[in-house]
Amino acid sequence: MKRFQHLLGPEGCGTRAHFNRRTLLGAGAGLAWLTPLSQLLAASSEEKSNKGRPKSVIVLWMQGGPSQLETWDPHPGKMIGGDTKAIDTSVKGLKIADTMPHTAEVMHEMALLRCVTSKEGDHERATYNMQTGYRPDPTLIHPSIGAILCHELSAQGVEIPRHVSIFPSAFASRGGFLGNQYDAFKMYDPTGPLPDLPKRVPEDRFEARLSDLDILESSFAKGRRFDLEKNKTLHRETVDRATTMMTSDQIGAFNIDGVPEEIKEQFGNTPFGRGCLCATQLIETGVRCVQVTLNGWDTHANNHELQSARAGDLDAALSATIKHLKDRDRLDDTIVLCGGEFGRTPKINPAAGRDHWPHGFSVALAGGGIRKGVFLGETDPEGEKITPETKHAVRVEDIHATIHNALGIDIDKDYQTPIGRPMAICQGTPISEIVADA
Amino acid sequence: MWLKNIAFIALATVVLASLANWLLAPPKVEALDEPVVVVSDDFQTAKEAVDAQFRETWQSQELEPAPKADDLTIARRISLGLTGSIPSLEEIRLLENRPAEDRLAWWVNHLLEDRRYGDYMAERLSRAYVGTENGPFLIFRKRRFVTWLSDQLMANRPYNELTQDLIAESGLWTDHPAVNFITATVDQDGTKEPDVAMLAGRVTRAFLATRIDCVQCHDDNLGGDLKQTDFHELASFFSEAQNSFVGIMDRKGKPYEYKYLHAEEETTVPAQVPFNQHLLDESGGTLRDRLAGWVTHPENKPFARAIVNRVWAVMTGRPLVEPVDNIPLKGSFEQGNYPAGLDPLVDDFIQHNFDLKRLIRLIASTEAFQRDSRAEHEITAEHERTWASYPVTRLRPEQVIGSINQASSLSTLNAESHVLTRLVTFGETNEFLKRYGDAGEDEFSMDGGTIPQRLLMMNGNLVTERTRNNFVRNAATRISQLSPDNETGVETAFLCVLTRRPTPQELEHFVSKLENDEVKSNRTQDYEDIYWALMNCTEFAWNH
Repeated sequence: MKRFQHLLGPEGCGTRAHFNRRTLLGAGAGLAWLTPLSQLLAASSEEKSNKGRPKSVIVLWMQGGPSQLETWDPHPGKMIGGDTKAIDTSVKGLKIADTMPHTAEVMHEMALLRCVTSKEGDHERATYNMQTGYRPDPTLIHPSIGAILCHELSAQGVEIPRHVSIFPSAFASRGGFLGNQYDAFKMYDPTGPLPDLPKRVPEDRFEARLSDLDILESSFAKGRRFDLEKNKTLHRETVDRATTMMTSDQIGAFNIDGVPEEIKEQFGNTPFGRGCLCATQLIETGVRCVQVTLNGWDTHANNHELQSARAGDLDAALSATIKHLKDRDRLDDTIVLCGGEFGRTPKINPAAGRDHWPHGFSVALAGGGIRKGVFLGETDPEGEKITPETKHAVRVEDIHATIHNALGIDIDKDYQTPIGRPMAICQGTPISEIVADA
Repeated sequence: MWLKNIAFIALATVVLASLANWLLAPPKVEALDEPVVVVSDDFQTAKEAVDAQFRETWQSQELEPAPKADDLTIARRISLGLTGSIPSLEEIRLLENRPAEDRLAWWVNHLLEDRRYGDYMAERLSRAYVGTENGPFLIFRKRRFVTWLSDQLMANRPYNELTQDLIAESGLWTDHPAVNFITATVDQDGTKEPDVAMLAGRVTRAFLATRIDCVQCHDDNLGGDLKQTDFHELASFFSEAQNSFVGIMDRKGKPYEYKYLHAEEETTVPAQVPFNQHLLDESGGTLRDRLAGWVTHPENKPFARAIVNRVWAVMTGRPLVEPVDNIPLKGSFEQGNYPAGLDPLVDDFIQHNFDLKRLIRLIASTEAFQRDSRAEHEITAEHERTWASYPVTRLRPEQVIGSINQASSLSTLNAESHVLTRLVTFGETNEFLKRYGDAGEDEFSMDGGTIPQRLLMMNGNLVTERTRNNFVRNAATRISQLSPDNETGVETAFLCVLTRRPTPQELEHFVSKLENDEVKSNRTQDYEDIYWALMNCTEFAWNH
């Protein structure tokens, strides 16, 4: 978190807009508050029912490797469990850590995988693995979930980037071999206007600048490769997309200034909470994938305190995201994935920390196409490594297969990489136990 | 008393006059007294050997090469490749004052003596050596490492010696900065010792342009003949290296234990190299010394190939063999069928004692480096692939910001620039880099630009700051006030930003913009707009 801390703006929201929203609420809108943008969309939208609506993904990315033992998979009273207690959830027989009381109330909307294993114990490699479903390969970069989703679904009517990363980590989601145009659009705290969007000069001067640009572009193109723009620079395309975005009404979805304070509070009103709230707005606007990063899980020292603080941030934001999407009839076509690169060691080290543990950690899923209220797999009581033979052991690529499958993407389809090598969208098999019945 | 007043007024006048003189006078172009660049005969022979191979390729593929680019275009490439920024107006004037026959050779020499070369090249090379992350806290001193590398490059230390230090040096990370190559891999969560596997991967990729990472976990199942044992036997050379309060030291005889795939238990892995085994010294020094000797052995050609390919890539934006750190040891390359240019450059590099500056001079002098990226005839991807035309490649973020800063100043920004300028530039650079997006180790990506990059360039702080009305700092304002007429003004702006003069159409367009009052703006604003357009066009953000 330190890395991006200085980029985060002041907390809180614009009071004038805030008041207006309150008034709206007062008029009896209740939870169904609407931004002008979503009103507009709702009015013009033919999507009266969610059937056939394109699906979206919200990835809540726990950068650093969250401890399964202080979140989804507590072992109270055991050596490996540390000081964390377990609490009941809305799913019978399922207990999670007492650091996440709000999440416990919405567990009936979620599927919990407690036996995820991977072979990557290094932050960068494991992030790559979790975000693409592939282990790093020096010869090519695989696309992340969001890139695949944007590649597969049409962009009709969406004037803003459809793949967004809020508080991107150093290893942000990439378009990989599908192309840079599928890279995540990076943004930070969604308060105030998005940086670099407002024009610096009046409209007529801006238009004149663009026509100056045209002159320069055509002289550069002269005598050079005819496919330079299309197959290489994408310069004009990005200028066009950037200017479209600058003038679009949809950019309202990038900030949460107009959202009532009560709603922000539900999300925790932390940078991460605001990011999650923003993610729900973006999804409603037609953005296909939003990743929101919560940093600070790399607890080699002082594990309990640090994990609990992070889990607190996550608890409010995650539970509110799920409730919010459900209230707004968006949960059925939005998959929410919550996970990090790996878990943490059962053994508590001499610095009261836990180290990296890719041998058995937890990932939670909710929403469209995912079965509700299930939990799968159990960790070894002594914290031993989970083997493929362990009941319900799940590989990272299986999670990808499950998500793609739930999104309606044909997982048997092969992509062609730039060097003509066929590459499957993902290598795994859907986890049948958590796929909802059609 | 009145004497005092007069003295004060006189003093104030002198100060103001000199300030005005400093602000208003365009940068001085001083006479050059450096000797004409003389190149040795064997330099010419080497250049011809490289050129001959390229010509042969073009002929055999029936590709008509693009003509030679003009001097300013080539000078821009050299400048971007060696300093990470475009030439300043001051430098363009200097360059144009040189006799045409030695202009470019002089330019390369001039830059190789400038600290910007050492700093920029060190930054680029360090990515291959230690990655882009900050590494282990306290014990990894990235800045110290890069500065050390820059010193070595400025002194033109033979590249084999430099590499030997990286692999085999011991001592404290502060006193012996080369050891940071090892400390960068110190495992933060487990043993707190150097990561032998990571080192094996880095050594082979960075110094031998060979990727053996895949066989870390299993034998090569993609048709290669490398085995898992090859990887770990190489890693074993680092087993003695340990991290302690006295820095990186070697504990003689410390074994490397590893449990191979499908093996029942761990075995002690001997130190052995995966190819050219006969070049490895049987004994002498530490394991790391022996490895360093093998890696840099003059007959171990992958070593020279790796750096030649990388330097070519840093200078042009695209390596001769892609990806930059993977030159196959087998297949067609085994019979010496390397892409045009590689082998003669490698031979010359080894024969001349791993002389990096000579290699750079040689690359810059080749026909392939000097081809235009456009022609009267049709240019295809094939032309670019074979260097029959200069490939258009994306500038790295550092090159973009280096060029924005340089374009907004009429004089050269280098180590001699005012400390305040450098400080301001440093802060803004970091912020810009973060936002523009750093491709990390994936340095020579062929991808196009992104929307946030365009937004940052169109509406971001940096371009706005560097182009807006500011007589002290910004070239745009100074050109608007100092140029005697519109034609000169537009031409100067083009030279500052695009290192070229405008075409007749462009000149006409921008001069008429200056004379036209349809859009409400003053002269300073007009130049701000011209600068904005120049900095936002493809030509500015790409090497060509």
